[in-house]
Amino acid sequence: MSVGTHAIDIRTSPHIKGRVTTDTIMLNVVYALLPVTAFAVFVFGLSAFLLVIVTTGTCVLTEHVLCKLARKPSTVSDYSAVITGLLLALTLPPGFPLWMAIVGSVISIGLGKALFGGLGMNPFNPALVGRAFLQAAFPVAITTWTPAFWPEMQIWSTERFTSIVLPTVSLPFMRPESVASFINGITIDGFSGATPLSRMKFDHETTSIIDLFVGMTAGSTGETSSALIILGGVYLMARRMMNWRIPVAILGSATVVSGIFYALNSEIYPTPLFVLFSGGLMLGAMFMASDMVGSPTTPLGVWIYGILIGSVTVVIRLKGGLPEGTMYAILLGNACTPLIDNLTQPRIFGARKKGERK
Amino acid sequence: MSKAGPSQASIFLNGLWKENPVFVQVLGMCPVLAVTNSVRNAIAMGLSTMFVLVMSSTLVSLVRNIVPKQVRIATYILIISTFVTIVDYVIKAVSIPVYKALGPFIALIVVNCIILGRAEAFASKNSVYRSILDAFGMGIGFSFALLCLGAVREILGAGTFLGVPLFGPYFEPWIIFLLPSGGFFTLGAWLLAFSLWKERRTRKATLAAEHAQELAS
Repeated sequence: MSVGTHAIDIRTSPHIKGRVTTDTIMLNVVYALLPVTAFAVFVFGLSAFLLVIVTTGTCVLTEHVLCKLARKPSTVSDYSAVITGLLLALTLPPGFPLWMAIVGSVISIGLGKALFGGLGMNPFNPALVGRAFLQAAFPVAITTWTPAFWPEMQIWSTERFTSIVLPTVSLPFMRPESVASFINGITIDGFSGATPLSRMKFDHETTSIIDLFVGMTAGSTGETSSALIILGGVYLMARRMMNWRIPVAILGSATVVSGIFYALNSEIYPTPLFVLFSGGLMLGAMFMASDMVGSPTTPLGVWIYGILIGSVTVVIRLKGGLPEGTMYAILLGNACTPLIDNLTQPRIFGARKKGERK
Repeated sequence: MSKAGPSQASIFLNGLWKENPVFVQVLGMCPVLAVTNSVRNAIAMGLSTMFVLVMSSTLVSLVRNIVPKQVRIATYILIISTFVTIVDYVIKAVSIPVYKALGPFIALIVVNCIILGRAEAFASKNSVYRSILDAFGMGIGFSFALLCLGAVREILGAGTFLGVPLFGPYFEPWIIFLLPSGGFFTLGAWLLAFSLWKERRTRKATLAAEHAQELAS
C-alpha cells in the first residue's frame, strides 16, 4: 500500500476502510445457502447432490475459462460463480438431466455474466438467465418433478442416497428414454410428482402449510423448505449483507395481492400463506431478487422493485398460464432496475426542488 | 460505363464476404430472425430475395438515366414490389407448405432494406452488368447467412437437417432455437464468430505489415 519512500504516506480518501469486501459477502451468501442445499440433498438424495456438484463445478470452470480467454485475472476466488452454480441447482428439479444442467451453467456464466463484463456489470441475475434459457429450451425436463423422499417415500429410508433418478444420467443431447432403452425393465413414468403449485393451478388442491414450510413436498431442489431459506436470509440481514427491504417488499406485496384475490373468491384462489410458502417465491425473494447487482440502489427504488416483483409473481401464478412466475417476475424487476434507479434519485442536499424558481 | 472502378470479381465478392448484408451490414434483420427456423424456409427466403434483388437491380440500372431524381425511391419501390408479387405467386404455385411457413414475410421482401439499399447505393449509379454482379453477390451473401442461421436452428431445435433426422429417435430438441429468442441467440453467436474472425485477420495483417517494415528498415 505504501507508495515510494515517503516518511508520511500520502493518499487520497477514503482513509478508513471496512473489512467487508465482495469476497466476504459472497462467502457469507454461500454459508447462508448451505443449510438449504444440505436439506435438499437430504430430501431428494443422490440426484440432487450430483446436480449441485455439477452446476457449481461447471459455473466455476466456465468463469475461469472465460476470464482466461478474455486475458483477465481469474475471478473465481470471489465466490460469485459458486453462488450462481448453487442457486441454479436449487432452482432446477432434483432429477434434472445433468447434461442440461451443464448447458444451463455455461449459459448462466457466459451469457448472463461474462458477456456483460463480469460481476457487477450483469443486468440480470445470472442463475435466473440460465434457468430461463433451460425453461425455454427444455420445457418437459424442467417440469418433471421427483416427489420428496422418492422412491420409498419414507423420511428415514436410505435408498434415495444410493440410487439415482433416471433422467439425471440421460446421455448428452438425448432424452431420458435413451438410458431406459439400454436398461430393461425401467419405466420413466415411475415418478412425475406434481408440485404443490401445479396441483393448485390445475386441480385446485391445496397442500398443508406445515409441509410447505418445512419442505416435505415436490418442487425445485432448493425451493421447498421455506424455513431454512428464511433462516439463511435472516442471517444475511443480521450481518447487513442483504437489503432487508427487498424480501420484505416482495413477500409483503405478494401477501397483499394474493389476499385480495383470496378475498374475492376463496374457492379458486389459494390463501396468502400458501402463496408465500410454495414454489420459488421465498428462495427468489431472499437470494435472487436481493442480488446487489441487479437491484436498485435507492431506498425508495428498492421498495418499488420489491413490490413490482411480488405482485407480478402472484399475478402470473394466479392469472397466467404457468404455475410459477417468480423467475420471470425477478427478471422483469432486474430489467426495470436502471429505470427505477433513474426515477428515484434523491434530491442532492442544497439543490433546488423541481419547479422552484431561481 | 468506362469509369474506373473496382474489378468485376471484387464487386461480386463484396456482397458475398467483405460487406455481407447480414453479418457485416446487419441489414434485413426481419426475415433473418423470422423465417430461419428451418433450413427449407431459409433457402426459400434466400432464393426469393436473391431473385427480387437481381431483377430489380437490373431494371433500376436500366432506367437510372430516365427517372427524375425526385421520384426515384417511388420508382424503385414500384419495381421491387412487382417482382415480389411474382415471387409470391411462384411460391404459392410451387409449394403451399413453404408459402404458409413464410407467411407475410414474402410480401415483406418489398421493404427489405438490402434491396432498396442496393438499388439506391449501387444500381442507380452503375452499369447493368455491374449491377447484376453486385446483386448476385449480395443475394448469395444473404442466402448464405440465412442458411447459416437456419442450419444451426434446425439442427439444435429439431435435430434434423432439411427434415432428415440426424441424431436418432432419442434426441432432445432445444425448443428455444425454434422460438424467436433462439433466432436472436443464433444471430448473436454468428456475429460474434464473424467479428472474432475479422479481428484476428486484421491483427495478423498489421503484424505482417510491421514485420515487413522492420525488414525494410
